[in-house]
Amino acid sequence: MSGAMMEHATDRASWFEAEVGRLIPDLYGAALRLARNEADAQDLVADAVGNAWTHLDTLQERSSFRGWVFRILHNRFVSQRRSAHVQAAQEPYDEDAGAFSLFDRVHQPFLLWWGANPEGEFLDKLLREDLERAVDALPETFRVVVVLGDLQGFTYQEIADLLTIPVGTVRSRLARGRAQLQRALWDHAVDAGLRTSAPERRSGDD
Amino acid sequence: MTDENERTIRCQEAMRLLAAYLDDELTRPEHLDVERHLAACRSCFSRAEFERRLKAQLSDLGRREPAPEFSARLRGLVRRFTRGSDTGPRLS
Repeated sequence: MSGAMMEHATDRASWFEAEVGRLIPDLYGAALRLARNEADAQDLVADAVGNAWTHLDTLQERSSFRGWVFRILHNRFVSQRRSAHVQAAQEPYDEDAGAFSLFDRVHQPFLLWWGANPEGEFLDKLLREDLERAVDALPETFRVVVVLGDLQGFTYQEIADLLTIPVGTVRSRLARGRAQLQRALWDHAVDAGLRTSAPERRSGDD
Repeated sequence: MTDENERTIRCQEAMRLLAAYLDDELTRPEHLDVERHLAACRSCFSRAEFERRLKAQLSDLGRREPAPEFSARLRGLVRRFTRGSDTGPRLS
């Protein structure tokens, strides 16, 4: 190997190590919600990082490394799930949750004028584990876009590219996933006695 | 609920656009339409703040430092890849 080639290989390796080191908390955060347990999440991250290094030559722009690695992470997740014979389609979808609004359940407009803030108090009481449980309960189709959009901050177009689906599909899966997630948070609050079930009000009453 | 000056959208339209507004996915004119509406409508502002806070709390789930032992093993694994003494992704 020539000196220039060795320098290039060293630079490439150092760059990869630095980028992966920077992304580990993001990759692990996403993997935990996809795999839903620590052992599988660790395997998933290690698998994705190994695949990223093996296929680094296919990365066209270093600036797109984050999305590229997350695409690999998702692909490895799908692949691992298939090999475990877990069918995403078998997970139930709550049809009633399609238009669910947590705000409508929590909001009490007459209190606004007295300075009370029931929806703020509701969010204050939400624990990290409540949110994790609600995300984990989503069917995989919706969980994936919620993880990429809400947890990792990818744009609709980036998610569409990453999953190879139309942007409109990303938008609708996000909307349905968020509605179902809010329904799960509400149901948990009712079950835990934090709230009592109340009739739903709808937005747009102007 | 809102003054009909400039181009002012109504609550129903603002709430239809709210998710994309909070995701920063609207065109500049649409973004300004929603922003103006929220500045003038207390009810929609409350809803937007609720959704914004919930979104921020979800975002906090996105970063998780793994256990130190796993981080150390993963960094060691990456070094083995990049220095050519290992080609596979096996962690254990």
